[in-house]
Amino acid sequence: MATLELSEISVRFGGLQALTDVSFRVRDGDIVGLIGPNGAGKTTVFNVITGVYQTSAGQVSYDGAPLRALRPHKILALGVARTFQNIRLFQNMTALENVMVAQHCRTRAGVLGAILRSPAQKREEAHIRQKSMEALEFMGLGGFAGEVASNMAYGLQRRLEIARALASEPKTILLDEPAAGLNPAESRELMHTIGRISDLGINILMVEHDMKVVMGICRHIVVLDHGVMIAEGKPEEIQRDPRVIEAYLGNEHQ
Amino acid sequence: MTIRASKLWLGYGVAMAWFFVLLWPLLGIKAEGLEFAESISIWLKVAVAAAILLGLHQLKQGGLFRFLEKPTQAASAAADALAARVPRWLALCAVAACALAFPMLTERYAHDVAISVLVYIILGLGLNVVVGLAGLLDLGYIAFFGVGAYTYALLSVHFELSFWLCLPIAACFSAIAGCIIGYPTLRMRGDYLAIVTLGFGEIVRIVINNWMSLTNGPNGVLGIKSPGAYWFKDGSFEHIWLNSLEQLYYIILGLAMLTIVAVYRLNYSRIGRAFEAVREDQTAAELMGVNTLRLKLLAYAMGAVFGGIAGTFFAARMKFVSPESFTFIESAMVLAMVVLGGMGSIPGVILGSLALIALPEVFRGFEMYRMFVFGGVMAVMMIFRPKGLWPAKRMGARSEERD
Repeated sequence: MATLELSEISVRFGGLQALTDVSFRVRDGDIVGLIGPNGAGKTTVFNVITGVYQTSAGQVSYDGAPLRALRPHKILALGVARTFQNIRLFQNMTALENVMVAQHCRTRAGVLGAILRSPAQKREEAHIRQKSMEALEFMGLGGFAGEVASNMAYGLQRRLEIARALASEPKTILLDEPAAGLNPAESRELMHTIGRISDLGINILMVEHDMKVVMGICRHIVVLDHGVMIAEGKPEEIQRDPRVIEAYLGNEHQ
Repeated sequence: MTIRASKLWLGYGVAMAWFFVLLWPLLGIKAEGLEFAESISIWLKVAVAAAILLGLHQLKQGGLFRFLEKPTQAASAAADALAARVPRWLALCAVAACALAFPMLTERYAHDVAISVLVYIILGLGLNVVVGLAGLLDLGYIAFFGVGAYTYALLSVHFELSFWLCLPIAACFSAIAGCIIGYPTLRMRGDYLAIVTLGFGEIVRIVINNWMSLTNGPNGVLGIKSPGAYWFKDGSFEHIWLNSLEQLYYIILGLAMLTIVAVYRLNYSRIGRAFEAVREDQTAAELMGVNTLRLKLLAYAMGAVFGGIAGTFFAARMKFVSPESFTFIESAMVLAMVVLGGMGSIPGVILGSLALIALPEVFRGFEMYRMFVFGGVMAVMMIFRPKGLWPAKRMGARSEERD
């Protein structure tokens, strides 16, 4: 229903070839892991999908329709939400407000409605608040609604990012290193959460360095190295793949 | 003397030396030669006053005034408790009652100042939408004030349209001007945006100045009508001109109230949240579904609407407009109000307007030193209260706030 498909994506920044012919799919019900050493181009893939970068060749399509030349907010409206590797919350806004922003593309009220406080606007505002609280509670942040984002603990900020992405009612969610900086207990909790998100019927594409997390929950793994896809397959296959081992550990290992 | 105290006195010495270096060239260097007596006498007065203040501060630190602490604390706690018990609407009603009764309790001169303050409150709140909410630095904001003023001036003089009809027309024209100015700047951030808006502000003024056939150039437009109204008198409705200061005061008070309500509601709406998201992190806002280009354009347009409304009233009150009223210093003044009061805070902007328009009037006696004090106060404020006189409320309660 909502397959995200990348076909032969290439991205060049001047003389730097960031991605070369990357193709893979995120199908319904999938949890896909995107792994690779630092600088392999994983975040670039996210930026291409969400419309931050334009591709030099190839195309991204969602639900069969190409995403090329769509601005990022349109792509979110289509149902692809993301989180950020280095947390990018709206620091001075409260947790609830952060999440409420994500409902922007799902709601209509304009300036006149806001100034006149029309009944439709009030209803919508109540709806936004309710949806946002649901997203916060889903991530276990119900008690932090009034907390200013910058005052929250690091682990909570990570969860808030996911809550914000979920509040946009996505069909596919891109998680950029969700476990970065989390302790083992928090990582386990995160894996459980990702499972619950998947149970909601949301497809997941995640970049992650923590192999325990990746191997634990991903059903499909894509490996990038220097912008090239070097392997793709089930976790067990990836773990045995000699090219992957070489990319991570170097030649001497063998 | 402790190390901390000696550091303090060292700082005092440096500050006084700095003050002298600043003061003496201004007062002491004259065409007839160098002179020290006057600058030293002023410098000594300031130095003694500062020393006394510093000494009192030291004594307070030393605990000499501890006996005073308890009663003051009790008093402030009592005041807080009282403020907490009085509901917000009651406080607002009290403020509104004061504002309504103001013309009856004061005379002409005060009315005049109050009208200026209210005009600047509308301007400040309009700029607050652009700068405080959406985070777009605008150094040419007064251009919209000019567009509004000239729209009404020309429509009134040439077509004899009424003030009330021109109010929405001028607001529309200003909004269009806002979009025209905003559009090329949408992809700019920070310093670049500031420079471009500065340029646009000047362009508008210079166009007004040179478009002789339409605006009569630097001579300005004369003969603008006051707002009219129909008044029931002797069994029939009669058209009258509302041109006394008291009537104008009530008109601008009404417009200012409307502006406050509009900006407040905008602030706590879906649009207001999107503005804030753009200000906090534009890229993240775009990725979270906010059409940042459209929202920024909207911010300019909204700011311009309030500028245009203020401008319309300004033209009606002065009955005369000329390009001189729309110089860069006015933009800077409005921006100073927003920053001084507290970016994004409605009561802050109101306080800022009061501080920058009403206080200088109160201290007219010191006219010579006005700009000097103004600069000094701004510097001190930015050091000690960088978030403004009344910072925007954000510590947790904001989105939970109900009416």
